[in-house]
Amino acid sequence: MRVALFITCLNDLLFPGTGRATVTLLRRLGCDVAFPRAQTCCGQMHLNTGYRRQGERLARRFAGVFTGYDAVVVPSGSCAATIRARHPLAAPAEGSGGAAEAMPGVYELSEFLVDVLGVTDVGAFFPHRVTYHPTCHSLRGLRLGDRPIHLLERVGGLELVPLPGAEECCGFGGTFALKNPAISTAMCADKVRNVAATGAEVLCAADNSCLTHIGGVLGRLRTGVRTLHLAEILAATEGAG
Amino acid sequence: MTATFLGMPAFPANAARAVHDAQLRANLRKATRTIRDRRAAAVAELPGWERLRAAGRQIKDHTLRNLDRYLLRMEEAVVRAGGHVHWAADAAEANRIVAGLVEATGENSAVKVKSMATQEIGLNEALAARGITVHETDLAELIVQLGGDLPSHILVPAIHRNRSEIREIFRTRMGARGRPAPEGLTDEPAALAEAARLHLRERFLAAKVAISGANFMIAETGTLVVLESEGNGRMCLTLPRTLISVVGIEKLLPTWRDLAVFLQLLPRSSTGERMNPYTSTWTGAAEGQEFHLVLLDNGRTAVLADEVGRQALRCIRCSACLNVCPVYERAGGHAYGSVYPGPIGAILTPQLHGMASELEASLPYASTLCGACFDVCPVAIDIPEVLVHLRGMAPHPRAERLAMRAAGWVLDRPERLGRAERLGLRLRRFVPRRLPGPLSAWTDTRDLPELPAESFRDWWERTGGGSGRPPERARRVGRRLPVRRSRAHAGDRERQERGERGGGGR
Repeated sequence: MRVALFITCLNDLLFPGTGRATVTLLRRLGCDVAFPRAQTCCGQMHLNTGYRRQGERLARRFAGVFTGYDAVVVPSGSCAATIRARHPLAAPAEGSGGAAEAMPGVYELSEFLVDVLGVTDVGAFFPHRVTYHPTCHSLRGLRLGDRPIHLLERVGGLELVPLPGAEECCGFGGTFALKNPAISTAMCADKVRNVAATGAEVLCAADNSCLTHIGGVLGRLRTGVRTLHLAEILAATEGAG
Repeated sequence: MTATFLGMPAFPANAARAVHDAQLRANLRKATRTIRDRRAAAVAELPGWERLRAAGRQIKDHTLRNLDRYLLRMEEAVVRAGGHVHWAADAAEANRIVAGLVEATGENSAVKVKSMATQEIGLNEALAARGITVHETDLAELIVQLGGDLPSHILVPAIHRNRSEIREIFRTRMGARGRPAPEGLTDEPAALAEAARLHLRERFLAAKVAISGANFMIAETGTLVVLESEGNGRMCLTLPRTLISVVGIEKLLPTWRDLAVFLQLLPRSSTGERMNPYTSTWTGAAEGQEFHLVLLDNGRTAVLADEVGRQALRCIRCSACLNVCPVYERAGGHAYGSVYPGPIGAILTPQLHGMASELEASLPYASTLCGACFDVCPVAIDIPEVLVHLRGMAPHPRAERLAMRAAGWVLDRPERLGRAERLGLRLRRFVPRRLPGPLSAWTDTRDLPELPAESFRDWWERTGGGSGRPPERARRVGRRLPVRRSRAHAGDRERQERGERGGGGR
């Protein structure tokens, strides 16, 4: 299967490790991974902040870059949700043909693994206590449900502990974090309190944008809890021999 | 007279103040979580909730599409049943009509059923300016009125008050407006309710004029419907000689059959009850009673003209979106500066009232777009969609506009993005732990992530996607990466011919 990786601009710049892990994981599962270099950004920041013209320009660029692959895999719930809900070409409108048909399916990573490849045991080993934050766009945008949980449950050595209040927003919200810092931080304080209560070493999510925010507060408070993208845990074979 | 509380600063400043009010945080947290859980249980036990929700949405959409027709049918039916119908284009006109009607009775006071439409137009204040005193009779509205306070929730306007604060308000303020609170009033809910009951009973028995809104209007018979849980509404609707109802034009339903859907949707969504305690319906004027219906537009027709924003007119004021909203829970209702707080307020206020003031322009941004509000909305208003739509129309700060334009320029070409990333990461040692200017909003409370030595893009190019190809070759292949399927296969073949593992699996 010829899979194009859409790394997302945030991962490209700040979290290349997530990208490398996604590549490792997909290859391990038999995918032929391509990285179309013309890709930049899905336009989420512009679209969500009210800069529709620029956002749609980026959406059109996205469609041009990824047309022709079997599937596009995105290691970010919010970018995948933006593409699916807001890109005119990614959501085939009823009765319309043309571009919508040539556009491949765009999948968030766990969706691709579970729905397309049909795997939940990806052969990972990660002997740590982990809690999982579902993130709003994965949960209510993409309706990922328990897919990431099923994947984590089958990681060797991993102890998965449920996160209290998991479905509540962490307070990131893109530019919300800068426009309403007081509320954003108050929401994150509650999230961090719940994370700490689990006694987990690692907070995992399928979106590095939320993890940057929660991780920023976890770090500032010196909690010692590490944040890791789902891909990095699923790619890990640490100590597996 | 306006939809917003005049002179309030923008949402971020209001919210920041609210966050530091520990008492408010505790009150809101307890109250919203209690109602939230009750609603979740009441919805979960009902099979076919999603179908009911879809029906609610369809009925509202159909009515709004044919509003002109149904409004005329409503007017005709009310008049036929002995009522009078008045049309008010805006708040000022509605207030003028109501004041005139009260004055015509020769009275200088009125009792009032809790109503959002009259709050929206500032009716109490407008009537006070003409020497007419309005007495709120809903318990929470009474608390707000006695406390000289502003409402902070659609269903529970005094949600920001706890019971000991309420006792203080009753003890110190009740006497000035009528029967004082009993001696030795405790903060037991039953004692507080009894104090309110005794105070209000005098009002009901003396009232000659009542003012109400309505939850629904049924066009086929000209019937108005009020849902309440205290019985005060029924007192107001039946005892006084003159009844004046101010109702937004979007409250229409075509038939009684349609009402059946909403009598299930509304109680479960708003109070988490299976059935509403007091449901009053009336058609025209009862014997010996005078009835006036004031149909209020006040910006609604303009909202109806907006293809994305019009879904806000489906709202039945249940406040489920407030109770589930993590932003509302921490900011409180006052931060929204409007009688419509929370997520629904963030899309209603700017639409009904425009975004000329800083406060209104900040409302579409008072959300993380987490989507919890959309999930609980009984008429499926996609609040995040409308918020984003309104953000597109809101005035943007200059610095933000420039930053967004710069980001758009960089992201428009992969070469530009690559160069910008390389420059940024090369300078990573010079990035301070505390960022300057508007970005300090991030680093005031959060650490920055550790910056990597190279971007993913550069890693892929340097290592050929980790496949061990020499950089020079990898770069060439990389540049020619396919846009069309035919070329994609060509790329595959090329790699296979070279005997590289490429992206192949094990």
